[in-house]
Amino acid sequence: MQINYNFAFFDESSKREIRRATLKAIAVPGYQVPFASREMPIARGWGTGGLQLTLSLVGLDDIVKVIDQGSDESVNAVSIKKLVQNTTDIRTTDETAKATLIQSRHRVPEIPLRAGQILVLQVPMPEPLRMYEPREAETKKLHAEKEYSGAWLMLFEQIMNYGSMTTGADHPVMVHDRYVMAPSPIPKFDNAKLNSSEALILLGAGREKKIYAVPPYTKVVSLDFEDYPFETESFEDRSCRLCGSTGVFMDELYDDASGTAYFQCNDTSYCLERMNEQSWREGAESR
Amino acid sequence: MGYVAVKGGTLAIEESLKRIKFERTKQGKVLDVTRIEGGMRGLIDQIMSESSLYDETLAALAIKQAEGSPEEAVFLLRAYRSTLPRKHYSRAVHTREMRVERRISASFKDIPGGQILGASVDYSHRLLDFDLMHETDEDAARWLEAFAGELGSFPEAGRPPELMKVMDYLIEQGLMISPADDNTEPDDVTRRSITFPASRSQKLQVLTRGQTGTVTSLAYAVIRGYGVSHPTVGELRVGRVPVCIDDPLGSGEDAEDSYYIGEIKVTEAEMLMSAAVAKEQGGKELSFEIGYGLCYGQNETKAIAMGILDHSLEQGDSRFPTQDQEFVLYHIDSVESTGFMSHLKLPHYVTFQSKMNDVRKTKTTVTTPKADETEEVKELCK
Ligand SMILES: [Zn+2]
Repeated sequence: MQINYNFAFFDESSKREIRRATLKAIAVPGYQVPFASREMPIARGWGTGGLQLTLSLVGLDDIVKVIDQGSDESVNAVSIKKLVQNTTDIRTTDETAKATLIQSRHRVPEIPLRAGQILVLQVPMPEPLRMYEPREAETKKLHAEKEYSGAWLMLFEQIMNYGSMTTGADHPVMVHDRYVMAPSPIPKFDNAKLNSSEALILLGAGREKKIYAVPPYTKVVSLDFEDYPFETESFEDRSCRLCGSTGVFMDELYDDASGTAYFQCNDTSYCLERMNEQSWREGAESR
Repeated sequence: MGYVAVKGGTLAIEESLKRIKFERTKQGKVLDVTRIEGGMRGLIDQIMSESSLYDETLAALAIKQAEGSPEEAVFLLRAYRSTLPRKHYSRAVHTREMRVERRISASFKDIPGGQILGASVDYSHRLLDFDLMHETDEDAARWLEAFAGELGSFPEAGRPPELMKVMDYLIEQGLMISPADDNTEPDDVTRRSITFPASRSQKLQVLTRGQTGTVTSLAYAVIRGYGVSHPTVGELRVGRVPVCIDDPLGSGEDAEDSYYIGEIKVTEAEMLMSAAVAKEQGGKELSFEIGYGLCYGQNETKAIAMGILDHSLEQGDSRFPTQDQEFVLYHIDSVESTGFMSHLKLPHYVTFQSKMNDVRKTKTTVTTPKADETEEVKELCK
């Protein structure tokens, strides 16, 4: 028995349904739109929400880039890219600037996104209020009433207990002065990239069955206090061991041989481009 | 020449996939899908039920591909299910029309129509049958022939639908209030995600798709001490029910115009719980309430457990997690729970880096390590 799957895996009516939810999400920035999330050939929690967005959106002219934890070559990124390619036969790329659709887990690329590009973020826990309210029926009400004192209180308690906000990745943001939103576990470093982004940003949570969006030029502000301003992860005095970059999000690596820590760009394609630029420049100079 | 990305991931995946095929085939023996379909009825029924896809052959294929892992087989079938367009909804299935293969009641010794034991392991002794080690197809054929001779014919697949329901008897006796028919158009949780408070159809759908072990464990918690008395199996039925769809061109009003498309084997459990009912002038009396379970295939433990959870969720006392809709319904799906467990194996170094930054910040006495001060890094990486 040979099964031939439809273009982009889903049947057409499923794709339409997902796109309808996506349009609603774009119309109400930061609001979590429930959708009938399908079971996918990859596991729940491995990017099924992002994948459903990607597959419902891709057309023959698209060029797709998939990154996981900043890397195009991470096994899960490769696996998702392979699935998209096998069911669509469209082109893929590692270069951020060349991609029309970028699916990512836990990172926004370092190269600024431009108008016309779509960034799809994979989301494990879409509900920013879940930390203190386990019930979906309740959090829905809190959002409807714009009742976010719990979110502020959570940050306040962290400051009281630890002297600083300890949200780690996924620091909550206020979207367009209306909805508090989980930016997916991107590092705090990436939060600023959501604000007034030229590209459309879509967030998909497969297991939790939610789609939400940050449309281009939407105001996105990380929650903080006047006297305790939002701070990103700090890589002060650090530079990438490979390309020398500063001011980017870095992986902290441990060198077994020398017993020292060193740093490297987390966005591997950015790092690679920088290194190539440098080698061309050096080549041109030596000529 | 420029720098190129290290292509480690692609190669690693390819090799890992070869490994998994190697594990399945290394003994030089592969399973015939028809043999799985013939001999693994229990697993097939469990997997069809959790997948909510009724197809024995595809279930057998999934079992082969998954090397017998139920969670993996269910995963394969659910993903396949996502690609199938929804062309029809069947008419309501009536279990009164069931061709009953097995039917028992724990409530009455003499139920009209009698207890029908059918095929059941309930009274088998769980002793390993070492004769099965060397059973052949010929042995099976000989046994079947003898069995047919004993019966005078090959056993029929179930009795004609004429059995009275235990429920009807209780209603007749005035021990149970006849529940009104709820003909609300059911929701479809696979087409519109569940909402809370959940409708009864949403609850029943999520329960019947639930992971067998989870549904069983949560129902066990109910009867062991998290919220309810001791339920009784009012009636448990296993058998085949006809499935009909409306004429796509017809009005859909008349059952006579519908098409019979086949039958499905199901297990139905009607669980009885006694409950207080308010009487006039503030008095109370006891009456029976029902919890309903229905699963694909012969899945008796799951159907009974589903009946218990259905009743438990109807109570809705949130002091008990087993009566909390979100607690039960969000956590019993095999694909969702196993998926989220397995995602923990994915690299999390970006989020971990971010957390490490927070941890360092809270340790005001410790400054961020210089390139050579790595003890703390080692500590955190442990
Ligand atoms: Zn670099």
